[in-house]
Amino acid sequence: MARTPADLVGAQPDPPFEITFDGRSVTALPGQTVAAALWGAGILAWRTTREGGRPRGAFCGIGQCYDCLATVNGEPNRRACLVPARPGDAITTQEGHGHDRLAV
Amino acid sequence: MPTRKPSDVIVVGAGVVGAACAYYAAQAGLSVTVVDRGSVAGGTTGAGEGNLLVSDKEPGPELELALLANTLWRELADVLPPHVEYEAKGGLVVASGESGMRALRDFAARQEKAGVTTQEVPGDRLHDLEPHLAPGLAGGFLYPQDSQVMPAHAAAQLLHAAGDRVRLRLGEEVTGILTGAAGEIRGVRTAAGELHAPYVVNAAGTWGGALAELAGVHLPVLPRRGFVLVTEPLPRVVRHKVYAADYVADVASGSAALQTSAVVEGTPAGPVLIGASRERVGFDRTLSIEVLRRLAAGATGLFPVLGTVRAMRTYPGFRPYLPDHLPAIGPDPRVHGLLHACGHEGAGIGLAPVTGQIIARCLTSGELPLDIDPFRPDRFTAPEPAPAPGSDPAP
Repeated sequence: MARTPADLVGAQPDPPFEITFDGRSVTALPGQTVAAALWGAGILAWRTTREGGRPRGAFCGIGQCYDCLATVNGEPNRRACLVPARPGDAITTQEGHGHDRLAV
Repeated sequence: MPTRKPSDVIVVGAGVVGAACAYYAAQAGLSVTVVDRGSVAGGTTGAGEGNLLVSDKEPGPELELALLANTLWRELADVLPPHVEYEAKGGLVVASGESGMRALRDFAARQEKAGVTTQEVPGDRLHDLEPHLAPGLAGGFLYPQDSQVMPAHAAAQLLHAAGDRVRLRLGEEVTGILTGAAGEIRGVRTAAGELHAPYVVNAAGTWGGALAELAGVHLPVLPRRGFVLVTEPLPRVVRHKVYAADYVADVASGSAALQTSAVVEGTPAGPVLIGASRERVGFDRTLSIEVLRRLAAGATGLFPVLGTVRAMRTYPGFRPYLPDHLPAIGPDPRVHGLLHACGHEGAGIGLAPVTGQIIARCLTSGELPLDIDPFRPDRFTAPEPAPAPGSDPAP
């Protein structure tokens, strides 16, 4: 069985909890970012680009590149690589700028 | 020192005005060298919103320029590629109360006589035009001729469209003006050598006064700072250029103190641009939280929905301001071969094509599209030189 980063550092995290991604249940550990939890569940893309609708997920992973934007609890443009996952968080795929409802 | 093939004309400045001068001069068959110490659109052009406005101009020489430029931009929109983002979106000026509405009505009536198209919009019809506008405004005026471009792309694409007759020298600062025995222009000296041409066009924008000084003439271009606040990308939430009625008074004011008025517009790329501030603080680029606070408050006052989105960045720019708010366009009678195309204050993007056309016609003895006497570059009196240290004070 593959070793995980948690094994390598001997981490003893508190009990895991559930968040959702587009309605599907994802398990997260305390201290994980939204991006880490999604990656842990094998999810690599949670946004589509404004031009062309291409998939995007975490790129730099350190809050600099803004590629990993996601809609978290209804709020678009959150950097998934920086936002800590909280029990019950609802992550949804962000389409484009995430502000379609404001269009006139 | 290497000698280079001379051009017919050297344009100093690769902002939108310099680019338009190069474009129209090349169209007229002239060979042009454009030289800039920085990059294309690296100065005020790149810090602008790209407004092509007639709505904010009183009847007079600047409005005449703006109306001519409006037609030229429409022609250029067919020639330049779509990513210059030309949009004939129209301007909407709104008033909060009845007294403001009366002032707008009077202003619009005078503009109509000068050839501007205006349309009064009663308060209860404003939301047909701009659904997100704040409730309770008294009304406004729609100016269908107002338009917008993406200014940096516009400058770059004008230079590109000018074709092979234009040579571009970037990152090369002009350090001197070369003149002949009779004082006539022979070219410019730069850090990299000499460039030769019988004509030099000063399109150095806010730095045009310094270039004039190199040529030994007085042209008091001063910087008037403004900040633009930029939101995150949004769908179209603002359809027109929308601004509060007090903007017109701020534009025309000569005050050095900070003035802000709410100016809001969307862009094809998504971000909403928020202005406008004016203050005379030299070339100080320090971020001013007070200005940003006032810009944000003004914008959310007009469009409360903007209070729910993020501002992503801000940048300052320096409008090239001349004391009478008119640009300097045309030949300088004090130095044969020197022409000026600078000092357009906040209207340089809009007025660029007509400025370029005038400069090209001056260079080719063509017919001018209007009387350029109000823009003559020698209209400002040079201040008395300060007494030399140690000299006797005046009796």
